Amino acid sequence: MTLWFVFALMTAAAIFAVLWPLGRHGRPQKDGSEAVVYKDQLTEIDRDVAAGLIGSSEAEAARVEISRRLLAAAANQRDPPLASSLSLRRSAAIIALIGLPIVAVALYLPLGSPQLGDFPLAQRTRAPDGAQPLENLVAQVEAHLEKNPTDGRGWNVIAPVLARLGRYDDAVRAYRNSITYNGDSAQRRADLGEAIAGAAGGVITAEAKAEFERAVALNADEVKATYFLGVAAEQDGRTAEAGSIWRAMLEKAPSDAPWRPLVQAALARIGGSSAPVLSDDAMAAAKDMSESDRGAMIRGMVERLAVRLKQNGDDVEGWLRLVRAYMVMGDHDKAKSALTDARQAVANDAERLRQLNQGLKNLGLDG
Amino acid sequence: MIAESGHYALVLALGLTLIQSTLPVLGARWRDPTLMNVARSTALAQLLFVAFSFAALVTLHVTSDFSVVNVFENSHSLKPLIYKVTGVWGNHEGSMLLWVLILALFGGLVAAFGNNLPLSLRAHVLAVQAWIASAFYLFILITSNPFLRIANPPIEGRDLNPVLQDIGLAVHPPMLYLGYVGFSISFSFAVAALLEGRIDAAWARWVRPWTLMAWIFLTLGIAMGSYWAYYELGWGGWWFWDPVENASLMPWLAGTALLHSAVVMEKRNALKVWTILLSILAFSLSLLGTFLVRSGVLTSVHAFATDPTRGVFILLILCIFIGGSLTLYAWRAPALKQGGLFAPISREGALVLNNLFLTTACTTVFIGTLYPLALEVLTGDKISVGAPFFNLTFAPLFVPLMVAVPFGPLLAWKRGDLLGAAQRLTAAGVASLIAVAVLWAWTRGGSAFAPLAIGLAIFVIAGALSDLAERTGLFRVPSATAMRRARGLPRSTWGTVFAHAGVGVALIGIVCETTWNSEYIGTMKPDDIAKVAGYELKLDGLTQRQGPNFREMLAQFTVSLDGKRLSAMAPSKRNFTTRGSSTTEAALLTLGASQLYISLGDATADGAIAVRIYHKPLVLLIWFGPILMAFGGVLSLSDRRLRVGAPKPAKAMRGLQAAE
Repeated sequence: MTLWFVFALMTAAAIFAVLWPLGRHGRPQKDGSEAVVYKDQLTEIDRDVAAGLIGSSEAEAARVEISRRLLAAAANQRDPPLASSLSLRRSAAIIALIGLPIVAVALYLPLGSPQLGDFPLAQRTRAPDGAQPLENLVAQVEAHLEKNPTDGRGWNVIAPVLARLGRYDDAVRAYRNSITYNGDSAQRRADLGEAIAGAAGGVITAEAKAEFERAVALNADEVKATYFLGVAAEQDGRTAEAGSIWRAMLEKAPSDAPWRPLVQAALARIGGSSAPVLSDDAMAAAKDMSESDRGAMIRGMVERLAVRLKQNGDDVEGWLRLVRAYMVMGDHDKAKSALTDARQAVANDAERLRQLNQGLKNLGLDG
Repeated sequence: MIAESGHYALVLALGLTLIQSTLPVLGARWRDPTLMNVARSTALAQLLFVAFSFAALVTLHVTSDFSVVNVFENSHSLKPLIYKVTGVWGNHEGSMLLWVLILALFGGLVAAFGNNLPLSLRAHVLAVQAWIASAFYLFILITSNPFLRIANPPIEGRDLNPVLQDIGLAVHPPMLYLGYVGFSISFSFAVAALLEGRIDAAWARWVRPWTLMAWIFLTLGIAMGSYWAYYELGWGGWWFWDPVENASLMPWLAGTALLHSAVVMEKRNALKVWTILLSILAFSLSLLGTFLVRSGVLTSVHAFATDPTRGVFILLILCIFIGGSLTLYAWRAPALKQGGLFAPISREGALVLNNLFLTTACTTVFIGTLYPLALEVLTGDKISVGAPFFNLTFAPLFVPLMVAVPFGPLLAWKRGDLLGAAQRLTAAGVASLIAVAVLWAWTRGGSAFAPLAIGLAIFVIAGALSDLAERTGLFRVPSATAMRRARGLPRSTWGTVFAHAGVGVALIGIVCETTWNSEYIGTMKPDDIAKVAGYELKLDGLTQRQGPNFREMLAQFTVSLDGKRLSAMAPSKRNFTTRGSSTTEAALLTLGASQLYISLGDATADGAIAVRIYHKPLVLLIWFGPILMAFGGVLSLSDRRLRVGAPKPAKAMRGLQAAE
């Protein structure tokens, strides 16, 4: 309500600005005219001559010129303004009284948001809102940390959130600060390495690897760091090393370790396990099955893969998986025929053929 | 409530300008003094409402009210207070609000102090101001509204572009806008004169000081912008001939021409029609500059085409005002009374020559700026017109102009004596020849043009001084008399001397900087030493520091000359978290009028960092020159006398001969 009251006051002030001169018509008006200017100029010349700025002959010439203009101006005098007419003043007043508010409201209503109050930041931070989206909370913590960069606990809290939000670069910085202010620990180093790898799109860079190595040096049982060292080895093409790292992890691990499936899947990826074609979910499902059911499930999946590859033979990875699966299942004939099919399917594409051969070499086939 | 009342005040200001743009014109037509007087009070009230609106926007930025889109997009709660304030005009919407505020300010000044203007002239001038203002209010409200709200305000803003987080933003745009918009007054006066069909003596008395004021601000604004680009962008350049710079240079050239022709008009009642045309052109070029910078047409014609609302709106304003005023000019100018006559060789003639060169120079800049745009629109080819074009076209036009500058003030009004003026400039000529010879000997093997150009600059400066010596009779009369005469000289004469000398000073700076600039570009590790122009710069080390809303990497340098430690320099690279962008803060070390300049590049993995080090001889003169020019302008502006140019009488000459 106060807002509309303020608007009304402002409108009244604007209308008053128009009405004011309309009410002052009786006063005599000061009006500059040409003759005044020329007369001023003539006195100016007298002053210049007295100050010695111009010679008397130049002054005389200037006087003649200006006097000539003065005469012309007097002949050409503006007509004095007529007296003001009452009807004109009345219509002007009506325009101001009616037109101004209409124009103002007509323009303001579609553009403005009169229902919204002000939201200065100082007021809002005093009353934190539980329903705020995560980004706002993160922004608040970040703002707090910008001002108090030595608050180690804050960095500890924000770092994993940033990593989960996909802001890996910021997460890297946060973990670094956390290490600086909270002290070094294997877990923090491992998290830092993971964030660095995340920033690099999942590639374990030399920098990330150095962090994992530091973590393992601090604590040889640090699971995350060990796992990622395996990934690093895998990405470098040293699959055997990766396999041994992971197998060692599984051996040492308690049977109910939550990361077991992950490591098993990784092992499967590099072909070091007995069920290489299974995805994580399938693996979890297969755990609870009887031996024969599991075998049937695996065979079914391999058949499906074979059918898919018959329809679309471009998938080099797929072919490699299929060949590997047949070999693991001990079906060497099918493995050979799959190999021939794969060669035919990608024969027209030199790059794929190269990938295929490389992959087969890794499987220990053909050479 | 602040946001909404600021918004409403802006709407009311538009309502008032609509009244201000109609009632006074009708009043002038029907010769009704009351209606004509409505112009004054509405102009003042309009100023009040825009000022309120602007103050509201500033408050919103300072209190970080992110429910306002404009604040959310351009502010951040951690920004230092000064950048919260300057950030108001560091974005499109806010800068347009500043634009109309200054427009209203000038209108308000005319309304408040225009008592000695003829009533109908004042009514017309204020009405024309209101036409411009209403167009821009509509533009702001419809396409660039700074008061739009967000219903669910975010907790933090997106921060201001880091390059703009600098003290330069506090000074440069307001100065530039005071210059741009100041020309609207001479434009309004010109259109009012055309509407009335007559030019009063009062017209010239008013137009010159307003033009001068706008010109002073524009000069300072351009110089300030150039210095800002020099130290903030990190390239060590001070003028890039980029379209945004050209957009401010064009009104300056036209404005300088207008300033000189307005002098002729005020003092001699001549060149009236030409002055009117220049008034229209100067403001039209200001509008064009606003269009180029604000429509986004410069970034890409195609970006402009995909979101054309703003651009088309400004283009429309541009067409209506420029087209309308030029049509009016073509229609009404022939009816205006021509002014006094003068001989080709006279002060007036010299000023016409100055006008010809300045407008031609302005045209070359115009072509160089708009040709690439036109080409892109027509053929889709993207070309850029850069320094080579302007050096080939602009420089040759300025050389004869500079030669002519010292002659102008020495010629008499109406009919002058070129030989006499040349004789009086002998000393200046000799001084410049000596300078050329000395420089030639000193820098043998260097650029042949540089000593000549510096000789020209010395000629301009010495010419300005000989004008002074001539008027005071220095060396001819006892020095006490000369001092007394110097004190008695009108301040406008001193203004001319300073402004003309300023041109020469700036030219020396430009030539020295471009010719004898030396640089070192490379990567340095801590404890490496770079040698530039005899100075030794040692990189002591790199340190990190946390600023209020950025982190920066400082590089510590020690500067020494001949083994003696002079000073330390610390250039830095700042990283702004919110926008994820970084800026280069160059370090400057002033040695006399010369400067050492270090800016940092990227750091390499092994702890080395790329650096650019420049030694720029006499570079400060480039900006000292414009400051001198502006100071001359201020002196001239403070001269409240009436201006009368006493003509050299023709009869006296004949009389003298007869007596022989």
